[in-house]
Amino acid sequence: MEKTGFPLWLRRHWPGLVILTLMSLFPFLAGLAMGDPAAVPPEIQGVGRVLALAETGRAKFWQGMVIQMFILAVFAMSYDLLLGYTGVISFGHAMFFGTGGYVVGLLVKHAGWSAGAAVGVLLLVALLQSLMVGALSLRVKGVYLAMVTLAFAEFFYILAEATDFRQYTGADDGLHGIYPPPFLSPTDHRTRFYFLALVFFLTMYLAARRLVNSPTGRVMVAIRENEARAAMLGYNTFVYKLVALVAAGVMAALAGALNAFFNLGVTPSVLSVATTIDVLAMTIVGGAGTLTGPVLGAAIVHLLGYWLNRLFGQTWVLLFGVTFILIVVFLPYGIVGTVQARSWRWRAVWRERWRRIKEGRKFPLPS
Amino acid sequence: MEPRIVLETRNLRKEFNGLVAVADVSLQVREGELHAIIGPNGAGKTTLFNLISGVLPPTAGKVLLRGRDITGLPPHQIARRGIGRSFQITNLFPNLTVLESVRLAAQARGRRSLYFWAHYRRYREYEERALAIIHQVGLAGREHIPARALPHGDQRKLEIALLLATGPDVLLLDEPTAGMAAGEIPLLTDLIRRLREEGGRTILLVEHKMDVVMNLSDRITVMHQGRILAEGTPAEISADERVQRAYLGEL
Ligand SMILES: Nc1ncnc2c1ncn2[C@@H]1O[C@H](COP(=O)(O)OP(=O)(O)O)[C@@H](O)[C@H]1O
Ligand SMILES: [Mg+2]
Repeated sequence: MEKTGFPLWLRRHWPGLVILTLMSLFPFLAGLAMGDPAAVPPEIQGVGRVLALAETGRAKFWQGMVIQMFILAVFAMSYDLLLGYTGVISFGHAMFFGTGGYVVGLLVKHAGWSAGAAVGVLLLVALLQSLMVGALSLRVKGVYLAMVTLAFAEFFYILAEATDFRQYTGADDGLHGIYPPPFLSPTDHRTRFYFLALVFFLTMYLAARRLVNSPTGRVMVAIRENEARAAMLGYNTFVYKLVALVAAGVMAALAGALNAFFNLGVTPSVLSVATTIDVLAMTIVGGAGTLTGPVLGAAIVHLLGYWLNRLFGQTWVLLFGVTFILIVVFLPYGIVGTVQARSWRWRAVWRERWRRIKEGRKFPLPS
Repeated sequence: MEPRIVLETRNLRKEFNGLVAVADVSLQVREGELHAIIGPNGAGKTTLFNLISGVLPPTAGKVLLRGRDITGLPPHQIARRGIGRSFQITNLFPNLTVLESVRLAAQARGRRSLYFWAHYRRYREYEERALAIIHQVGLAGREHIPARALPHGDQRKLEIALLLATGPDVLLLDEPTAGMAAGEIPLLTDLIRRLREEGGRTILLVEHKMDVVMNLSDRITVMHQGRILAEGTPAEISADERVQRAYLGEL
C-alpha cells in the first residue's frame, strides 16, 4: 500500500529532522558535557541548571563555534547560488558580506537605530547594491566578470580602510561596539543567540532551496550548463543572472549583519579578497551546485582552520591550502557532490540489475 | 492568391575578417512550406542561420519576420517571436536529464519562469508537454538520462525535442541528421514530414542527404561560396545544370 500524508513525509525527511533535533539540542548537550559546574551556583537545579551550564566554560565556546558556522554556511550557500547554480564566478562576494556588517554597524552605533530597523534598511541597501553591481558586471562573462566584481569589492574595502572616515568606520581598526538588543547579547545569552543563528540559518536554507527548485532556479541551472542555448530557447539570461546575484547579495548581506552582531563589530577584513577566497573554498570543498555542500564546507573549513591554527600556529594557512588541494584533486565535485554522483551511479546500476531480474522472470531463458 | 512570405532576408551579408561567408543573400520563405537550403561545406548555410537567429550580427542587410525588421535583436527575443532553431553541432545542457532539458524548453514558452517562490513541479503542464514531445521524437524511456550520457543519435533527437518544445512557428533545422546512424535517419525524416503535414509551421532545412531533401522540400535554395546559386522546386533544381556542376556533381 502506498504511504501517504504524514508517514510519507516523515520517511522522506527523517535525516533532516534528526539533524534539526541535534542542532536544537546542541547547546544543552554541550552544557552537560562541557559546561563548568563550578560556575553555576549549587542551588540551581533541574532544567535551570542545564540552561545555566550551557552559558559556561567550553559549552559557551563551542556554541560560538557553531554560531559562526551557521553564519558562514549562509554566506557559502549564497555564493553557491552564483557559482554552483548559475555558473557565475564572482570574486567580489565579500562586498555583500561586508556591506551587511558595516551598514548595521553604522546605523546601530552612530545613528542609534534599533537592530531590527537597521536590518530592514540593510535589506534595501543590499537589494540596490546587488542590482547595481549586477547591472554593471553581468554584461561580461568569465574572467572579465571576475575582475569587475573584484574591482567593486576592492572599492568598498578601500572605503572601509580610508582614514578620512575614521570617525565613522574606525578605518583599519574597524567598527566596534555593534550591540544587538540586550536580551540577544551573544556574551550574556549565548544560547539565545545560538537559536537566533539557527533560525536564521534554517530560514535561509529553506529560502535558497525554494529558489533553486523554482522555475527561475531551473533556468539558472540551464544558464550554468549552456548559456547560449538557454538564450536560444527564449530566456533573457541576463535577467536570471541578475535574480541570482540579488538573491545571493541579500543573503550574504544578512549573514554579514549577523556576523557583526555576534562579534560585536566588523573590521575591513570582512571586505577583503581573502573573505571571498574563504567562501569559494567552503563552496568547492563541500560541493558546488548543492546546498548541503556549502553548509558542510563552511563547517569543515571553520573547524579545520581552528584546529590547524591551534596545532601549528601561523603556518595553518599553508596546511589548509594543502588540504584544500587534496580535496579538490580527490573529490573533484566536493564532498557532497562526489558522494551524490557515486550514489546516483550505484542507484542506476542497481536499477538496471533489478530490471534485468524482473525481465528475466517475465521471459524465462529457454532451457 | 500569392502565398504569404513569413521570413525574408534582404541582401544579408556576413564577413569574417575579410572572408565573405554570406554574400548579399536575399531569401524569401513562404508560410507553411518546407524550404531546403543545400550547398557544399563552407557555403555559408550555418552562418545564414546564425544571422537569422541572432547569434551573429550581420555586416549588412536585413532579416524580416512577417514584414517586421528583426535584424540585430538578441537571440532570446528572436526565439520569443517564434523562430526556433536546432544546431548542426550538438548544443545541449550536458548535465541536465532529457526530461529536465525539454521541460525547460517548454517552460520558456510560458510566462512563469520568474516565479521564484513556487516549486517548479507545480506547473505540470510543462512536464506533460515535455513528455509528449520526448515521445514524439522517439526518446521515450530515456527521460532520466543526462544529455551528455546519451548516444549521438539520441542527442540529435534531443536537439529536435528542445526546438519543438518551445513551439516555434518557424523552424530552422541545421543538418538534423548529421552524424546519425543510417538506421535512425528514417525516424527523423518521418518526424520532419509529419511536422510539415501537420501544417502551421514553416521549416527551413539545411541537409546534405539529397534523397531526404528531394522528398521533403517544397522549394530548394542552392548556396555556393556565400551566394545563392539557384532556387526552385526539387524538380527544377535536379534539372539545373549549374547546380549539377557546382554541387550535385561532387557527390
Ligand atoms: N565564427 C566564424 N569565424 C570565422 N569564420 C567563420 C565563422 N563561422 C563560419 N566561418 C567561415 O564561414 C564560411 C561558411 O561557413 P558555414 O556557414 O559554417 O558553412 P556551411 O554551414 O555551409 O558548411 C566558412 O569558410 C567558415 O570557415
Ligand atoms: Mg553548416
